Amino acid sequence: MTVVLETRRLTKRFGGLTATSDVSFALEQGARQALIGPNGAGKTTFVNLLTGMLPASSGQVFLAGEEVTGLKPEARVRRGLVRTFQINQLFGGLTPLETLALAVGERQGQGHDWRRPVGATVGLDAEIMAVAERFGLVDVLERRTDTLPYGKQRLLEIAAAFACKPQVLLLDEPAAGVPEAERRDILDAIAALPDDVSVLLIEHDMDLVFSFARRISVLVDGALLVEGEPAAIAADPRVRAVYLGEGGHG
Amino acid sequence: MTSAKEALTRRTRWRWAETVFWLAAFGALLLPPGKFLILNEIAILALFALSLDLILGYAGIVSLGHAAFLGVGAYSAGLLAKHVTGDPLAGLALAIGVSTILGFCTSFLVLRGSDLTRLMVTLGVALVLGELANALPQYTGGADGLQGVVMAPLLGRFDFDLFGRTAYAYSLTTLFVLALLARRIVGSPFGLSLSAIRCNQLRARALGVPVGKRLVAAYTLAAAYAGAAGALLAQTTAFVSLDVFDFHRSADVLLVLIIGGAGWLYGGIAGAAAFKLLQDGIASLTPQYWQFWIGLFLVVFVLVGRERLFGGLRKLLVRR
Repeated sequence: MTVVLETRRLTKRFGGLTATSDVSFALEQGARQALIGPNGAGKTTFVNLLTGMLPASSGQVFLAGEEVTGLKPEARVRRGLVRTFQINQLFGGLTPLETLALAVGERQGQGHDWRRPVGATVGLDAEIMAVAERFGLVDVLERRTDTLPYGKQRLLEIAAAFACKPQVLLLDEPAAGVPEAERRDILDAIAALPDDVSVLLIEHDMDLVFSFARRISVLVDGALLVEGEPAAIAADPRVRAVYLGEGGHG
Repeated sequence: MTSAKEALTRRTRWRWAETVFWLAAFGALLLPPGKFLILNEIAILALFALSLDLILGYAGIVSLGHAAFLGVGAYSAGLLAKHVTGDPLAGLALAIGVSTILGFCTSFLVLRGSDLTRLMVTLGVALVLGELANALPQYTGGADGLQGVVMAPLLGRFDFDLFGRTAYAYSLTTLFVLALLARRIVGSPFGLSLSAIRCNQLRARALGVPVGKRLVAAYTLAAAYAGAAGALLAQTTAFVSLDVFDFHRSADVLLVLIIGGAGWLYGGIAGAAAFKLLQDGIASLTPQYWQFWIGLFLVVFVLVGRERLFGGLRKLLVRR
């Protein structure tokens, strides 16, 4: 299998605190991998290093074999490394339709076009509708995002990232805070992501992790503790000690 | 469900209320002389407010120093008319050029930081420029103002008359053309990306929007618009004073935009008309204490809510 996302000895220090320590990590093409770890393990920092929101203190990040360590977040997005957020980061005043049009338009390099109206691009229509259907957003496309039910907002959170046509999709606690009734929709949407998108799931919820992931990486104190298949991780005494023992298994 | 394309372009379609508005504005040229001076002032203030709307209402950049660009535009146009040529359009072009350059250079100062930092930085730039103009009386006329600005006829044909009919026609046409352009820009993918940046900069970046570049472009564009307003001000009054850089200019235009509502282009125009007519009306009743009434109006206005006063107007002019 080819590796699509890789870090080599990635390190981030905040003054005396090392939030990410020497992490060498690989995500394979088409992966369904989860990154877990107790609170404060450095998961969020690691995601911010991958996406370029934070500069690394040392080490490298590679996307599809090319180094992206020095690239800005938006440049990494254009190369296909896209994330969602644990706490909704949406455009409250815009509609889902506009949000998707923005994501698709930027990906097509139309974002600086000031002459033509939004929506004039050929093929935009079909693409937006395809994404909206995949995530069950067709009925709410023209409503203001901040008036949508929370579950729909969570779906839009993923749909917007998906509209960027990611090679690698980083899902940061996609089901966090979603009421039970709407949870199923999100799990289904995640399960139905196409195979050519490699997914790294950053998650607390063990049910979701073990139902989704084919491989699990455990991060503790900023360093990779162990990686492996779900069964092996569940049985690993070190993992039980630092993580499962603390949080409980679902 | 209509198609996504239709739903997206519907927003930018021309509305009949807009036609009515512009017809009325141009129709006012047929009025008997007497109101052109204030109409001209309204048109210029409206253009200035439209300029602020581009950065505040769309890109979400607050500014307390927007007069910097108004002032630079005014002095550019005034100096050109005094020393080189009195042709209004040449002055307008120069003012736009100079303020564009200044806008581009200072845009990097507002890229980072919070709203508070931006307020301070923009205020600072306007103060610096105002004091520069004050310190260079050999060029600007200093506290006496720039005297001897003589305008040639517009298009070589229409003299700037005493009643201000030509002035109003000139300012209104400029406002109209630039408003159409702004309308097109805010309805484009570029305009959408500005709105997205205003709503959530973090997410805009995470969807691949080059936030810095877009903000630089928006700020530069707004500066160009403000420079055009400055040129109109200098040319139609044939005078420029240090007051163009003054803090009250920046504060007034912010008030105008708050009155009319930011983020829909016509807000600046509605606000400018309301502000000027109010100022004019109150000043003729009580010349000394008009600011008291303006202040009272603002307090009531905020308490009652803009939506109740202007909401209907907005529904007519913009699809939302």
